[in-house]
Amino acid sequence: MADGYSLETHAWPGSYGEEAQPRMGFFTDTSVCIGCKACEVACKEWNGVPEDGLTFTAQSYDNTGGLGADTWRHVAFVEQRRPLGVQDARPGALVQDAALSQLAEEAGLPPQADGEGLRWLMSSDVCKHCTHAACLDVCPTGALFRTEYGTVVVQEDVCNGCGYCIPACPFGVLDQRERDGRAWKCTLCYDRLKDGEEPACAKACPTDSIQFGELAELRERAQGRVHELQRSGETEARLYGEDPGDGVGGFGAFFLLLDEPEVYGLPPDPVVTTRDLPGMYATMAMAAGAVAAGIVAAFAGGRR
Amino acid sequence: MSASADGGSAGTQHRGTRGQTAASAAGLPGRRRAEVTMVPDARPSSYYGRPIIKDPVWTWEIPVYFFSGGVAGASGGLGLAAEVLGNQRLARRAWTSALAGALASPVLLISDLGRPARFLNMLRMVKLTSPMSVGSWVLTLSGGCTTLAAARSWLGWFPRLGAVGKLGAAALGPFLATYTGVLLSDTAVPVWHEGRRELPFAFGGSAMASAGAAASVLTPVADAGPARRLAVAGVVLEGAAMEVMERRLGELAEPYRSGEGRRYARASRALNALGAATLALAGRRRRAAAVAGGAAVMAGALCERWAVFRAGFQSARDPRYTVGPQRERLEQRCAAAPA
Repeated sequence: MADGYSLETHAWPGSYGEEAQPRMGFFTDTSVCIGCKACEVACKEWNGVPEDGLTFTAQSYDNTGGLGADTWRHVAFVEQRRPLGVQDARPGALVQDAALSQLAEEAGLPPQADGEGLRWLMSSDVCKHCTHAACLDVCPTGALFRTEYGTVVVQEDVCNGCGYCIPACPFGVLDQRERDGRAWKCTLCYDRLKDGEEPACAKACPTDSIQFGELAELRERAQGRVHELQRSGETEARLYGEDPGDGVGGFGAFFLLLDEPEVYGLPPDPVVTTRDLPGMYATMAMAAGAVAAGIVAAFAGGRR
Repeated sequence: MSASADGGSAGTQHRGTRGQTAASAAGLPGRRRAEVTMVPDARPSSYYGRPIIKDPVWTWEIPVYFFSGGVAGASGGLGLAAEVLGNQRLARRAWTSALAGALASPVLLISDLGRPARFLNMLRMVKLTSPMSVGSWVLTLSGGCTTLAAARSWLGWFPRLGAVGKLGAAALGPFLATYTGVLLSDTAVPVWHEGRRELPFAFGGSAMASAGAAASVLTPVADAGPARRLAVAGVVLEGAAMEVMERRLGELAEPYRSGEGRRYARASRALNALGAATLALAGRRRRAAAVAGGAAVMAGALCERWAVFRAGFQSARDPRYTVGPQRERLEQRCAAAPA
């Protein structure tokens, strides 16, 4: 089980000593996601996350939009058409494409065969619980902390709503809850973990697209899965966030994707900006020196 | 660039031209984005054109605080230097503007909090990885020092503590004036993070400019020479830092060249130039000119903060600014790695 303690973070497992638990996480295998949104619902139900507006986005079957203060799991629906058959100048929703195909047929142009060059990508997004988490680094109150499971959680009784974590997150996970003022995000069901239960989203997922477990074991499983997919011809299959050498030191919740990350609304090369903090403080010191020098120089021309 | 860089361009996100460079394929702003091609891009730059990172939730209080903190920060040093060199009139007025800035700053910051009643949580810990934590301590300590210094300067209270306060305010002031650049740079907002080498200089420069300008407004012209020179030097540093930043940012600097960012950046340049020229040429003879010039420089410093603040929102809202440079970085890394 020593493996469970690999992928060390700054505070985990070191600062927990005996109380440290193996690092827990999610492996979201989007190749088997059917877009049922059971994870979104289960998350809201279990965590008592408030309703955040019933909107119609007209963006495929996604009326949630993205992660935020009141959405801790978000299922993306990507409609993709490969450049085959009828070429339309305005790639849009399926209904538009269908109308265009019908027009093409009426005009005697070769119509697109059923399903040809068309696919849906579905993916359940969540907080990445980064190994080097920018939100946690920049939080001035210590409301954000690293748990004994290696996950990142906001303490709602400490957060004072300064909002710094929100633009610090390279994935746009956190946001401020309206009329509440504090920042909220996925806790990886910290309360359930303490009771030895798996998080609500993973429990509800009917296809095991969301897999919960010890991160080290999930990483092994994911390697096997991606090789299996590639062998069977799904050459675009790749893991996202499994590399401990990436800009955030690897994710605690990583993904198997079937296309580039940006297609799913994920940044292709996220970076924890506090990585550059020593240099930024050095720049600040130089700039402060320039201010002091400027003040001294202002008196060089006379004291009045 | 006729098309705006805001969310209105979402409809163009999924289009692209085959055979483009890595940067433009990833959707970096460029001249080609207006083209509509017959082939849907096989690699769209985002998910329905939605932003990848979140907008900051900070409101108007934050850029105004950058201004008030800047005035407080640079005025402390001005006050101490004037006092040491025997220019008491200038010193007293510098401590006045330092105190005004130091009192306004925490009010602005607390009012921006989502939970203002919990503002004391800012001092729960000293956390070096958080520029906001560092800044909260700098502001608290320098605010206390400035209060003591001003009380000593005007009322003659606290002879010993007042001296400590003056030294403390002068020593911490330059950091108060510049840490705000780090505060913005340490975020995922592209135009802020990539401007990390220049933002502290830009903010330090405008702090010098506005502290000098405030003292020029308040002080009789015969005693305000150093304040005027400080204002002019600050305007020069601020302008140079912003210029270097915009050049180095390249295409990423587009938010400074469109929309609100452009409007306020231009206003800042114009007000700064006008104000500095007025202070330098007529400010030594006529108080009215000093007041007008000083007011213009302060307005310029405020506009500069507002331009940087709003440019951040523009840059956060458009996924091209997030994805483009990251994609470019990946391609470079791939090219560098042995096949």
